[in-house]
Amino acid sequence: MAGATSLHINRQAAHYEGNPATSEAAWIKWAIVGVSLAFFALFLLVPLAAVFSEALKKGWAVFFESLVDPDALAAVKLTVIAAAIAVPLNLVFGVSAAWAIARFEFRGKQLLTTLIDLPFSVSPVIAGLIYVLMFGAQGYFGPWLREHDLKIIFAVPGIVLATVFVTFPFVARELIPLMQAQGKEEEEAAIVLGASGWQTFWHVTLPNIKWGLIYGVVLCNARAMGEFGAVSVVSGHIRGETNTMPLHIEILYNEYQFAAAFAVASLLALLALVTLVIKTFVEWQVANSSKNVKGET
Amino acid sequence: MSIKVENIHKQFGNFVALNNVSLDFPGGELVALLGPSGCGKTTLLRIIAGLERADSGRVLLDGEDASDTHIRERQVGFVFQHYALFRHMSVFDNVAFGLRVKPRKERPSEDVIKRKVKELLELVQLDWLADRFPSQLSGGQRQRIALARALAVEPKVLLLDEPFGALDAKVRKELRRWLRRLHDELHITSIFVTHDQEEAMEVSDRVVLMNHGNVEQIGSPNEVYQSPATPFVYGFLGAVNLFHGRVDGSHVQLGEHAHPHDTTQDGLSHGAEVIAFARPHELQIVTDVSETRGIGATVSRVLSFGASTRVELEGDVHEGVPRHVEVELSREQSASLALATGQRVRVLPAQLRVFPHPHKTDNNKATATRSTAS
Repeated sequence: MAGATSLHINRQAAHYEGNPATSEAAWIKWAIVGVSLAFFALFLLVPLAAVFSEALKKGWAVFFESLVDPDALAAVKLTVIAAAIAVPLNLVFGVSAAWAIARFEFRGKQLLTTLIDLPFSVSPVIAGLIYVLMFGAQGYFGPWLREHDLKIIFAVPGIVLATVFVTFPFVARELIPLMQAQGKEEEEAAIVLGASGWQTFWHVTLPNIKWGLIYGVVLCNARAMGEFGAVSVVSGHIRGETNTMPLHIEILYNEYQFAAAFAVASLLALLALVTLVIKTFVEWQVANSSKNVKGET
Repeated sequence: MSIKVENIHKQFGNFVALNNVSLDFPGGELVALLGPSGCGKTTLLRIIAGLERADSGRVLLDGEDASDTHIRERQVGFVFQHYALFRHMSVFDNVAFGLRVKPRKERPSEDVIKRKVKELLELVQLDWLADRFPSQLSGGQRQRIALARALAVEPKVLLLDEPFGALDAKVRKELRRWLRRLHDELHITSIFVTHDQEEAMEVSDRVVLMNHGNVEQIGSPNEVYQSPATPFVYGFLGAVNLFHGRVDGSHVQLGEHAHPHDTTQDGLSHGAEVIAFARPHELQIVTDVSETRGIGATVSRVLSFGASTRVELEGDVHEGVPRHVEVELSREQSASLALATGQRVRVLPAQLRVFPHPHKTDNNKATATRSTAS
């Protein structure tokens, strides 16, 4: 969605500038460009540089030491586990939700569309609290869980649940407009030609939504690894057990271990940079394939 | 394979897309479903294909009820208006798709598939495009590939939904001729949907005219053009001038004068209100000022490009006479008349076709429609 949209804007920009009715004086253009670049540098680039310079302030030795610290390793491991569970789950949820919305008419479709956005509109802290309310010791299912010796809140399952919740919309949000725009004609054509539902999905639908799907997964993963609020509420901050990377960073920072905090933070920042690279690559791919699609009509 | 639809009814909310339609498509024919947009023609085609379910009624393929047969087993080929080629597959893979998705037992070997696809691409004269992607083809090429893809699974019926609707005029004309030739070669029962009357008349063996979910007339292109069964058919096939009047024996009273009409239809009692049609070439223009018959009119435009000349006139204000009259003259006639803008003339109908007034005799019309549909 976002990828395709931003690409369209790129293409239209030339159209605006070339058109005497909508083009602006050079100084206006450069003023606007300057303001956005300055803002970008001040609020994004400077902090990013600060993260790395703070992390390396006490030298490489301290940097690596804080990364291989058992608690830090445990935090990285937990973060990876949470993402490794949340992303595939949301991949399946997202594709089926997008499929349902784009391909079927049913009662409550509007409601479903709205509900998909819920994790975006609800504060992550509230999301965390909902799970505490449901699965915590005093929660609805608390007594039952205690009887069966199951632990969700202040344990890994709670962290996974909270992560799944906050990252739910990413894949679905990418796919719904994409699938709606592509329509169902190619799928109908496949079925008339004798393809089964699974063959149609695998050979026709999936290749068509491939880049949107990857884009959604990349964003979903970035959020899953970086989520703080919801996870913080359900985690209980048990060192080496229920701390994810963002939580670990916060603890280190509160303990005035700035170099260590920034060292772990630089890992997260690196993840963000990798995400950006993948995102740009995907957008570039989408641009290529949308050029093809454009020529088709 | 013959196709028969019986009492097909389909409604979208309050909108009746198909109103109890029954039709017979004998095997081997190329039939056009013709009508304005929203007349139900595409819905009917999709119901025959199995892409849409009728609210009631049956579809019989070769005499067997296919209502519960899944589209996969109906052995129909379907060609979509916007081609619906698989955009991420090469032309070759597109055409091979139907063969490759067959169950393992029926699936031909990759060698056989290769040969077959090559044959089909030669049939549509595009074998040199096998490695291209749909986005690299022109519209006309895409539609021919879509046709090759549909033919790959050896369908018993070919259904085409406005196959040339998205193409420009010149390519359309070429592809029409090409489709006709292809049909003469393959003789596969084909139905194609179009809103372009010229296309329907030129390509098909028979035309089914539809309007508001009803079948208005069925016949050869010549039949439906020469003897339209309903006012709708008359108006839809080519340009017409519409008059309102009253029956007066073998004449019909239009404006100040009575004109002979050539309709022997029952139910046109003396004094009945009727509408009368004349095609532009069925009207004559008389410049002689002593002439008193016909309809008084003023020439407003003379369009003399092409093989014939079109004259647009403004009719004198009389009840039942249209404000705008269109007359088609041969070049010779037009030259000898030497019409000038603003000239006063009289228009004489050489032929008038009369129908009962549709709003005054709704029952009559409904019966007429049904009798032509069966």
